[in-house]
Amino acid sequence: MTTTAFQEPVRQETPGAAVREPRRRTGRLRRVSLPYLLLLPALLLELLVHLLPMVIGIVMSFKELTQFYIRDWGTAPWSGLGNYKVSVDFDAPVGKALLHSFFVTVGFTLLSVGLCWLIGTAAAIFMQDTFRGRGLLRALFLVPYALPVYAAVITWVFMFQHDNGLVNHVLYDQLHLTDKRAFWLLGDNSFYALLTVSVWKGWPFAFLIVMAGLQNIPKELYEAAALDGAGMWQQIRRITLPSLRPVNQVLILILFLWTFNDFNTPYVLFGKSAPEAADLLSVHIYQASFVTWNFGTGSAMSVLLLLFLLVVTGGYLALTSRGRRTADA
Amino acid sequence: MPESRTAKSPMVPPRSFLWSRRIFLTLLTGFVLIPVYVMVSSSLKPLADVTGTFRWLPSGLTVRPYIDIWSTVPLARYFVNSLIVAGSATICSVVVAVFAAYAVSRYTFRGKRVFTVTVLSTQMFPGILFLLPLFLIYVNIGNATGIALFGSRGGLILTYLTFSLPFSIWMLIGYFDSVPRDLDEAALVDGCGPLGALLRIVVPAAIPGIVAVAVYAFMTAWGEVLFASVMTDDATRTLAVGLQGYSTLYDVYWNQIMAASLVVSVPVVAGFLLLQRYLVAGLTAGAVK
Repeated sequence: MTTTAFQEPVRQETPGAAVREPRRRTGRLRRVSLPYLLLLPALLLELLVHLLPMVIGIVMSFKELTQFYIRDWGTAPWSGLGNYKVSVDFDAPVGKALLHSFFVTVGFTLLSVGLCWLIGTAAAIFMQDTFRGRGLLRALFLVPYALPVYAAVITWVFMFQHDNGLVNHVLYDQLHLTDKRAFWLLGDNSFYALLTVSVWKGWPFAFLIVMAGLQNIPKELYEAAALDGAGMWQQIRRITLPSLRPVNQVLILILFLWTFNDFNTPYVLFGKSAPEAADLLSVHIYQASFVTWNFGTGSAMSVLLLLFLLVVTGGYLALTSRGRRTADA
Repeated sequence: MPESRTAKSPMVPPRSFLWSRRIFLTLLTGFVLIPVYVMVSSSLKPLADVTGTFRWLPSGLTVRPYIDIWSTVPLARYFVNSLIVAGSATICSVVVAVFAAYAVSRYTFRGKRVFTVTVLSTQMFPGILFLLPLFLIYVNIGNATGIALFGSRGGLILTYLTFSLPFSIWMLIGYFDSVPRDLDEAALVDGCGPLGALLRIVVPAAIPGIVAVAVYAFMTAWGEVLFASVMTDDATRTLAVGLQGYSTLYDVYWNQIMAASLVVSVPVVAGFLLLQRYLVAGLTAGAVK
């Protein structure tokens, strides 16, 4: 085919078209099917690894699936809405624990995303101008993001150790800020330990995105503002931050989804069962499924979690016009 | 005088700005570097130093941990496994994403909207939701066809390559959109097929975006823990699971753990820092428009 195969297929009749009819038809067929062929690998993979498992997961959530049926899960008895009833019965232990875990996760996610965004944005704005050592600093700041999760988090585990960790050494031995060596990976402190690690690991992503976003702000805006006598702080408040709005909307959504679903960090930090104060949903569901062997309940919890994320994301996208454009892309 | 935002209208940042910047960046550098320092210094300490109270400076430097890590657990094997898994997942993911993003960026077709929305929404699936179903699917495929996906590197590659796919496709759509359409239309007029136009014009013009996507895919695969711990066996174990081997019932070899973490991290961090310019360029054109 010689003509363009883009948005507006050229349909003009050319002399001698009748003679070349067969070739034209195969060309047309190719033109119509080509985008689908290009999409096919992605489609098949998404289907196999994301959508099919999701459908199976939803079916499983209606079954009484325990370890006895796992070899041949199709034969497990139906339980209707039983698993959901157990999950949302907030007076009984299972539901109560799930509700608690939900609130912990929401609180943790909001704090972590907020702090990551704040630190990342501040760092990007402070480093917008060139100064000596800027390149080195920028590289350093990206190290937490580049480190493999398990290597980074295991280092924090070492730092949070009760007897031989850096945190207690500094807080208790050196600064005398605490009256005894605290346990950081047990009890209530574990929430702050998790938050610290999550922010340490997560803020460079915000930094990267905001840095990229800053490059798209036209320099003329700053020049005009400077001519009008706006100081640096005013420029940041009146130009930089408003111009970052569309970037922030996408950034915050991505950070939210990644943090909310993060399994790697709590799993390396606490192991198979997290302390109550830091019992994130992902680990909670893992424990319900793989430690107490109740796959049906675990699946029901996962589906509830997905519904929650769908509602939140949908609401968020509806609120932000930029989000709508992205989904349309 | 510090260089200003623009060369044309020099503006000296006020003192308050300079001081806030100094304080903020110093604190942040400390926050970022302390764990890195702990990792490096502890990896050079004798065991006695890491089992007692923490010390900022080692009592004696030793490279012993770096020798022992290879025999305490089969680290080399895990390393090779991780390299194969993450490398293959990256290559496949990039190729699949390039094709898909090209189709979305350059063609109108029925179902385009459904496709993009579906792919993007898989980004919000909690991994835990499809861990068990995927495990069952792999086992069933294995039973039915004899293709071992569960416990094999292949299964892990297949899983990981879809993890980075939604973000990669989304970023590349943005990037391809920013490559002028005239370029590949001209190539088509000159007799290139659509694939020729993609490979000769669009891909070379979008190299920063493609490198950015590859870096992202590699890091996702290299750092994944959940599926690696459920879907591997002794022979196919990756580093994510392998590092847990340094804690025995009696002792935790923290110096060896730190040495191994460092060895595992250096290639990724070095590669990332070398390519970070591409990442920012790719993000600028692709994700942040």
